This record gives sequence, structure tokens and C-alpha cells, in this order.
Amino acid sequence: MGFSLTPAQADAVLSALKQDYRVYAPKRFPKQGRYSDTDVIRYAEVERFSDIVWDVKSDYPAKEVITPIQQAIFYFTEDEYRASKAKTKPILILARPCDINAQHIQAKIYAGNGGYEDLYYKRVRDLVKFAMMECNGGDDTCFCVSMGSNRTDDYSLALKFSADGVQVQVTDDAFAPYFAGMAEADYAPAFVEENQLKVTVPDLDDKAVRLALKSHPMWKEFNSRCVSCGACTVACSTCTCFTTRDVIYGDNPEVGERRRVSASCQIAGFDQMAGQKEFRSTAGDRMRYKVLHKFHDYKARFGERHMCVGCGRCTHRCPELISISATVSKVSAAVEEIKASMAQQ
Amino acid sequence: MMNPVQPQACTILSVKKESVHEWTFRVATDAKPAHGQFMQLSIPMIGEAPISVSAQGEGWLEFTIRSVGKVTNVIFEKQAGDTLFLRGPYGKGWPVEQFKGKHLVVITGGTGLAPVRSMLNMLADDPDYVKSVHLISGFKNEEGIVFHNELEAWKEKFSTIYALDNDAKEGWRTGLVTTFVKEIPFDSFGGNYAVVVVGPPPMMKFTGLELMKNGVDAEKVWMSFERKMSCAVGKCGHCRIDEVYVCLDGPVFPYTVARDLVD
Ligand SMILES: Cc1cc2nc3c(=O)[nH]c(=O)nc-3n(C[C@H](O)[C@H](O)[C@H](O)COP(=O)(O)OP(=O)(O)OC[C@H]3O[C@@H](n4cnc5c(N)ncnc54)[C@H](O)[C@@H]3O)c2cc1C
Ligand code: SF4
Ligand code: SF4
Ligand code: FES
Repeated sequence: MGFSLTPAQADAVLSALKQDYRVYAPKRFPKQGRYSDTDVIRYAEVERFSDIVWDVKSDYPAKEVITPIQQAIFYFTEDEYRASKAKTKPILILARPCDINAQHIQAKIYAGNGGYEDLYYKRVRDLVKFAMMECNGGDDTCFCVSMGSNRTDDYSLALKFSADGVQVQVTDDAFAPYFAGMAEADYAPAFVEENQLKVTVPDLDDKAVRLALKSHPMWKEFNSRCVSCGACTVACSTCTCFTTRDVIYGDNPEVGERRRVSASCQIAGFDQMAGQKEFRSTAGDRMRYKVLHKFHDYKARFGERHMCVGCGRCTHRCPELISISATVSKVSAAVEEIKASMAQQ
Repeated sequence: MMNPVQPQACTILSVKKESVHEWTFRVATDAKPAHGQFMQLSIPMIGEAPISVSAQGEGWLEFTIRSVGKVTNVIFEKQAGDTLFLRGPYGKGWPVEQFKGKHLVVITGGTGLAPVRSMLNMLADDPDYVKSVHLISGFKNEEGIVFHNELEAWKEKFSTIYALDNDAKEGWRTGLVTTFVKEIPFDSFGGNYAVVVVGPPPMMKFTGLELMKNGVDAEKVWMSFERKMSCAVGKCGHCRIDEVYVCLDGPVFPYTVARDLVD
């Protein structure tokens, strides 16, 4: 079932959808960007069709809708922990294929790892349906095709935006009524089949190669380049880590909340235990840890695919211009060097 | 929906001072952990800390805690009758079933004795469970010694070597635990043995190397890890090393896995 909507019709459909769903999409926040006078595009509830930013990639990922940067998980008095309550209104997220794939990756950790299902993730995720935004090709930091995350079939609606309005494919009957009376159109979404940027993930299955890679001098470069700010983690579509923190309200030490706050393995202290020395004490150690998680460790644990979806947001946000794709190329070069020297022995 | 991070209020039954900085808290709970598992101890407004179960009985568990920071310092202000919040048990403990009928060698450094204490007590009560127990326990100095009563009692049940790193003490040896590995009669075990190592990371690393030097089979060695944790249920990522989560796959690991993990 396909439709073609003018901007005015799209506004009407959005209003109707908003009766039943919280509708989230990339939205422009003027002058909150990285440099003065630049905007930031991040996920938020949209009011009007014109709020939706579809022509450029959002700076921040769709994951923020499901796993906010911080949330209260318990409220407590001195003798009770009460789990926070969540809204129950269903959620519709407008997202590109990379962001939808990223949710399948996060689910392996939040809803599966060790057989534990995280309440705070699950109760939001179960409310979510996706409206896939057909991607117009991304930008020069994208490499979704290399990571196999350019396609998805997890969507209730597919949308192709243009200045003239939006074309819609309805794959979930529950959404059909919202489009009753609209002009039908023969629309099926297309997927990006090639990015400007191509990344070859090196084969790290060999344990000896992997061990040699971990102590390879390539990581030292980041000691001087990476400032350990963690901006890459905040922007990442798939990073899941968090820290738990208790806070007291105002000056009443009797009441407060236990909060979950996003954490970055790139920031010093991530692995710090009280009274012990840090295991990863340099920016290079931490970069190695992140890169190997994204391009080996996650897949080694959960099978199927790598953690990185190739959205390029980390490259885009890094104040030190560290590029994830260039880093993977350096890993490939190091692996070649290691394999060559092993062959000689 | 179940909430795997929901803490439950529990009452502290008693507090025992093992040393200046290490106290044992007995807490009322029906939780039935396996030997070597840990729980998350929680104080509202302060935070949580993963702590090994150091002993267990009908309706209670013991935790031997070192006061080192925010949460543990506040736990030290608690007394019998006060409330402590618990969740768990978590992680994989010692593969006790696999130790049945074998010679068991246990090597600990400092409070590394806590995560093996409940297993050692079980073995002391049930001497036929294993063929023999050889225990090497090292402490930094006299002040660091914990579980005085049990150390005495175990002398009767097990083959024991107790040592201080540098200081002399009557009936005790002087030196790092690694020095005494060669005194374990591995040759007499006919291959039917298992080795358990717990302590600070450098102690475990060097003990592992020393065991290998003495011809011990890597496949028969087990170690327990401590890493930064926030959730204990495989979600927060703090404890991850390579593709392994210490809170889920550990804290106890076979040496063949442990030796190749790179933080
Ligand atoms: C499996 C396992 C078993 C263990 N068993 C034992 C045991 O039997 N006995 C024992 O004594 N210890 C044990 N430990 C170690 C024990 O967990 C730590 O010593 C303890 O967590 C220290 O907590 P603390 O709050 O007192 O120290 P701190 O380091 O002051 O605080 C740690 C807590 O505060 C938070 N925190 C720390 N720094 C910051 C910061 N800058 N900003 C915000 N939050 C911060 C952390 O997230 C954490 O919740 C074990 C650890 C593990 C992993
Ligand atoms: S590592 Fe970078 S490119 Fe990969 S998913 Fe995260 S932000 Fe996107
Ligand atoms: S890679 Fe860039 S964004 Fe990430 S921590 Fe380092 S400096 Fe910050
Ligand atoms: S402690 Fe959170 S993942 Fe292990």
C-alpha cells in the first residue's frame, strides 16, 4: 500500500498519528552546534511535518529516544527502592536504516546478554515502531554498506521525503487508517547500495594476531591525538554503556533517586576500581578497547554482525578529527604487518 | 516485568572486625548463592558495590568488606539491626562439582580469601568431597590477616602454608605466595587435581606463570576476577574484557580464558 502526500496532508497525518503515538524524528536545534552559529540535529518529538529534518543525517542517533542520556531508575526513601514509572503511549520513530539496525544491535546487550532483560530498555522498546526514512545517500563519513546495515525490513512505514511532500509505503495494517483518502502511489523504498567511503574490516579471528594487535604501536598515536572527551560515544548509534549514580534531592538527604547515566569507555576512569590502578590508563588503550569492541569483540560474542553500523557519527563529532574509518584502515595495515612477520617466523 | 536490578532491604545480623579495614557483615536473606558468586550491596543515596559472598548458612549470608570508598565506607557505619540492600546472586562461581574427588590446591592473596571461604568451609565440613586440600594463603602483613579462627581451624583439616610478604610471624612463612608453589606435591596427584587462585591482579598473573613453570596443566587452573561493575547483569559494559563480561561469565574463569584476556 503506497501513498503520496503533500506537505499539508503530511501535517494532517502527523496530527492524527500524534493522537496515538509519540512521534520522534530528527529535529533542528538552532545554534546549539559544535561551532558558533551551527545547529545541532537530534531526536525529539515533532509537532509539524516541517520539523522533520530529512535532507541531512542527524548529529545524534535515534537510540536517545529509547535509552536517554540519563534517566531515573529508582526513587528512594531511606527504606525503599521504588522503580521509576514509564509512559505507556506507543512511540513511532522516524529513522534511517542504520539507526534501525543499531537497535537490533543494542537489543542483544540490553534485552539478551546473560539472559537478563533490562526493564528500563524493554518497557520503552516494546512501545516502539519504526517509520523508515529512505536514505538519500548519507555523507562522506557514512559506510553502512560496508557494515551491512544499509538495509532493513523492520519498519511499519517507509517514507521518502522531498520538497514536494512525502511518499509512503504502509507495511503494517495498523497504520492504514491514518492514510485513508490520500492519493495512492506506487512507492517502495530504495536502499543505499554504495557509499563514497568503503571500509574493509580486517579478519581478527586468529587469537595470536589479535594479541599482537593489542600491543601494536599503532594505538600510541591516539595518546597525543585523542583528548578522551567521549563525544564519539555520545554520538554513536550503538554504544550502550552506562554508569549508575545516586543523587539526593536538594538539601533533603532522606530522598533521592538512582540514576542511569551514559558512560564512555573513552573517558578516563571507566574501568577504575577503588584503590586499584586503572587497567586502560592511556587514550591509546581506550581507543584500542573501543575499536576492537566495534569490529571484533561484539561479533565474537553475539555472532551475526559487527557492532558498528557505519553511521559515521563518531567521525563527524570528534573535535580532534579522528576518523573511525581511517582507524579501521590502520588496523588492517597493522594486521597485514603482523601476519607477514608471523609468516616469516 | 521482572527488574533484575531491584535491591531488597535486608537486616544486618552482626558485624565482625577481621582487621582494621576488613569487616565481615552477616545479613539476613534467603538468597542461595553458589560458592564464589557475588551480590550487589546497596546504600540508598550513596551507591552500589559488588561484594563476594564469604560464607553462607540458613537464612543468612556473610560479606567481608574492605573500606576503600564511598559505598564501603558507609557500610562500615552500619551496625547489627540496620538495613543493607542486596540484589543477586550474580556471576559464575567455582565449578565445585568438577572438584569432586580431586586434590584441590587453593592459593589466595590478601582478602582474595573471601571468595573461597564459603567453599573451604564446605570442604572442611565434608572432608570426603575432595581427596585433599592444599591451601596457600598470603597476606601483606600481620594487620592484613583476616578469618583468624578459620585459618586456625583449617590447619587441622587441610595442608596449609600461611605467609606474610615481608614480615616474620611465628608458625608462618615469609615470602610471596608464588615462592611456595613448588612445595605443592603436584607429582603425587597423578593428574587428578584442580587449582584455584584468587588475589590482586599481579598476584594472580605471577601465580599463573609460576604454576605453569611447575608443570601444572593450564586446563586445571581457575581464577576469580574483580573489575569495575555498575549493573552486574551484562548491560552497563564496565566489566567487559574482550568478548567476556566479568559479571556474567565470571568472576571465576578457567585460566585458559583468563590468561589471554587483555583489559
Ligand atoms: C566480583 C567482585 C567481587 C568483589 N568482592 C569483594 C569483597 O568480597 N570484598 C571487598 O571488600 N571488595 C570486593 N570487591 C571490590 C569492591 O566491589 C570495591 O572495592 C567497591 O566497589 C568499592 O566501592 P566504594 O563505593 O566503596 O568505592 P568507590 O570507588 O568510592 O565507589 C565506587 C562506586 O562509586 C561510583 N564512583 C566511583 N567514582 C565515581 C566518580 N568519580 N563519579 C561517580 N561515581 C563514581 C562507582 O560507580 C561505584 O558505584 C569485589 C569486586 C568485584 C567485581
Ligand atoms: S563506531 Fe562510529 S560509525 Fe560505528 S556505529 Fe558508532 S558512531 Fe557509527
Ligand atoms: S576519538 Fe575524538 S570524540 Fe572520541 S574521545 Fe577521542 S577526541 Fe573525543
Ligand atoms: S557490571 Fe555491568 S556489564 Fe558487567
